[in-house]
Amino acid sequence: MLTLLIGIPLLVDLAFIWFPALASVLLSFTQWTGVGSVHMKSCDAFPTAPGIPKPGCLFGVQNYNQALHIYPAFWPAVRHNGIWLGVFLLIATPLGMLFAVLIDRGLRGSRIYQSVLFLPVMLSLALIGIIWELIYAPDKGLINTVIGRNHNNNLIDWLGDPHLNLWAILVEATWRQAGYVMVLYLAGLKSVDPSLREAATVDGANAWQAFWRVVFPTMRPINIVILVVTVIESLRAFDLVYITSKGNPLRGLELLSVSVTQNIVGETQRIGFGSALGVVLLVLSLVPISIFLWQAFRKEVQR
Amino acid sequence: MPDLSDSVPDQPGVSRRSMLKGIAGAAAISAVPGAVLAACSSSGNGGGSTSAAGAGSSSAAAGGSITFGSNYSDPAPKDAFASVVSAASGKTGVKISVNTVDHNTFQDNISNYLQGTPDDLATWFAGYRLQFFAAQGLLTPIDDVWDQIGGTFNDAAKSLSKGLDGHYYLVPLYNYPWVIFYNKSTFQQKGYQIPKTWDDLIALCKQMQKDKLIPFAFAEKDGWPALGTFDILNLRINGYDYHIKLMKHQVPWTDKGVTDVFNQWAQLMPYLQNGANGRIWQDAATTLENKQAGMMFQGSNQVAANYSPKNLPDLDFFPYPQINPQFGQKYMDAPTDGFMLPNKAKNPDPAKTVLKYLGTAEAEQTFLKTDHWDVGLANGLIAPTYNDIQKKSVDAISACEAVSQFMDRDTVPDMATAMISQIQSFIDDPSSGNIAKIQKSAEDQAKTIFQ
Repeated sequence: MLTLLIGIPLLVDLAFIWFPALASVLLSFTQWTGVGSVHMKSCDAFPTAPGIPKPGCLFGVQNYNQALHIYPAFWPAVRHNGIWLGVFLLIATPLGMLFAVLIDRGLRGSRIYQSVLFLPVMLSLALIGIIWELIYAPDKGLINTVIGRNHNNNLIDWLGDPHLNLWAILVEATWRQAGYVMVLYLAGLKSVDPSLREAATVDGANAWQAFWRVVFPTMRPINIVILVVTVIESLRAFDLVYITSKGNPLRGLELLSVSVTQNIVGETQRIGFGSALGVVLLVLSLVPISIFLWQAFRKEVQR
Repeated sequence: MPDLSDSVPDQPGVSRRSMLKGIAGAAAISAVPGAVLAACSSSGNGGGSTSAAGAGSSSAAAGGSITFGSNYSDPAPKDAFASVVSAASGKTGVKISVNTVDHNTFQDNISNYLQGTPDDLATWFAGYRLQFFAAQGLLTPIDDVWDQIGGTFNDAAKSLSKGLDGHYYLVPLYNYPWVIFYNKSTFQQKGYQIPKTWDDLIALCKQMQKDKLIPFAFAEKDGWPALGTFDILNLRINGYDYHIKLMKHQVPWTDKGVTDVFNQWAQLMPYLQNGANGRIWQDAATTLENKQAGMMFQGSNQVAANYSPKNLPDLDFFPYPQINPQFGQKYMDAPTDGFMLPNKAKNPDPAKTVLKYLGTAEAEQTFLKTDHWDVGLANGLIAPTYNDIQKKSVDAISACEAVSQFMDRDTVPDMATAMISQIQSFIDDPSSGNIAKIQKSAEDQAKTIFQ
């Protein structure tokens, strides 16, 4: 019975996660447009016809070589994923924690704040992208109209300017992420034994000290969950940029996930190249996940 | 009715292979959690299925029945297409049921669609975008259809409908010109003249700026609109043959001809609407319609279609002014849409019967009854429902010695995508240093795309 209970999820896991992941790794060493099958021959063995792709063939590490040295979106994408992670770690998540702590202290109208701040989490990211598009539009968007910068000679191109647009999108993402973290953290705070805090207050700790010295350490499990959620959310950032760019690459908004999609989904598909980008993202994602798992298992052993 | 002739004879085991292909394709996507959404969005058929019952249902049985994959998902073209389909059904006795799919989804999915279980006929585009799939054996040649409809079309339309192997693969329906649009009332009020040369155009732009008008409404957030400006400057400066060679990468992107195009464009930059990279073309067209802008260079299929019927009579256009006297105003982008027969279609014979009808002036006229921005390709067709823009479009297109399709229709889509981001970079920084950088990156990418 136990074997069955573990066996079924294991099979599903193998079939839908490990097999596709492995297939991506293998495909990343080929050149393939998705038409016909992949031949087990080097691409050099096929004649070139200008503009007409070769049948699927083995391409060695050329896809990785092209990604690193020629594909112009690659390094900006890596950088932007990094910035995304940084903003989430340093701004969005602490902001959500702050909201949670404030609401937990029972401010007047805290239920209203809670609902308002949580609202963005309930909206789909696609909808968030569209809402903010109306706010950022250059000629008739909310911000430019309010600050009077909607004329041809002074308008601010929030979503088109490559120096601005990533930050504009990060505001959208933070708007949502903060609410998400707030709810997770609020649940954690509710489960902290109130007598702990009372004891700290009796011992003369102020609110700041009581939180950082007593409440925060007891919330270690929830803190780790939030850290993992934050890292995962920033590495898989995709929807907002995809919606904003309407599937076309907007400069300044390159992300690895968007580049993968651009190459794999579409009228002509560079599946080998897109897979190579996917593998790079997979490897990058493995770093924080491995650290987390290593930490988690080490604790198990210690206990 | 399973029929062995359905599977392609020289590719045994197609179904197993294409299934594996499907799995592998899904695999490549699902390795990245974030990309899963894209996979969903591309496979979702965001459209309904409508059926046009043949006028004579008894003859329908004799004529067979087909399914028709359509990307005419916007309401206006959808209605126009429905009227053609029901006319075709009535004329040929073939029962046709239409599967409408959102047009972006349709295009993104085309390669899987053609390899899976495609409809018997499908809407598609002329030019390289057709040749690409024809060369990979995904389409059926329809030379026998063209034996009958050949008289309807001129040589330009014929060559657009052929694959690289010289066989026919498309029956064209309509095309539309890329020209400079303006409001007649604005030009009358201010006494502007239609510019014939580049110097005239720049002088006009300067005058418009003095008159507090944005000379050119301009948008590039969608990615493709600015490719049109590159195309027309290239056609005016370097000519049609050069354009086609460049699109096929027989001329390198670092060539001096390309530098000339960007330098010319840089002269025009001060007169284009600012913030283009964040603006969708509909908003730019509205700027023209509101008379805040003097001109807009784009396809009539977009600008005229975006105008409200009230303002449409005020809209007019002229072909892009001459730059290099050698090429005058001989060329323009006039993208052509039509119909193709997938290789895996189950009912090719009734499908061909329908194609023969679609390749007539009558069918085009039916389609254009409710369409006031495209023009039919049949020789000498002036549909009674044409407005002034359409009548002028016919003249403008037929005055050309050759028409190109559009950068994203004349070259590999990957190359067009690469150029979109390069051209967005040019719009941000049209300096000669950046132009050199753009050309180098374009050439490096072209080498990997055309290898």
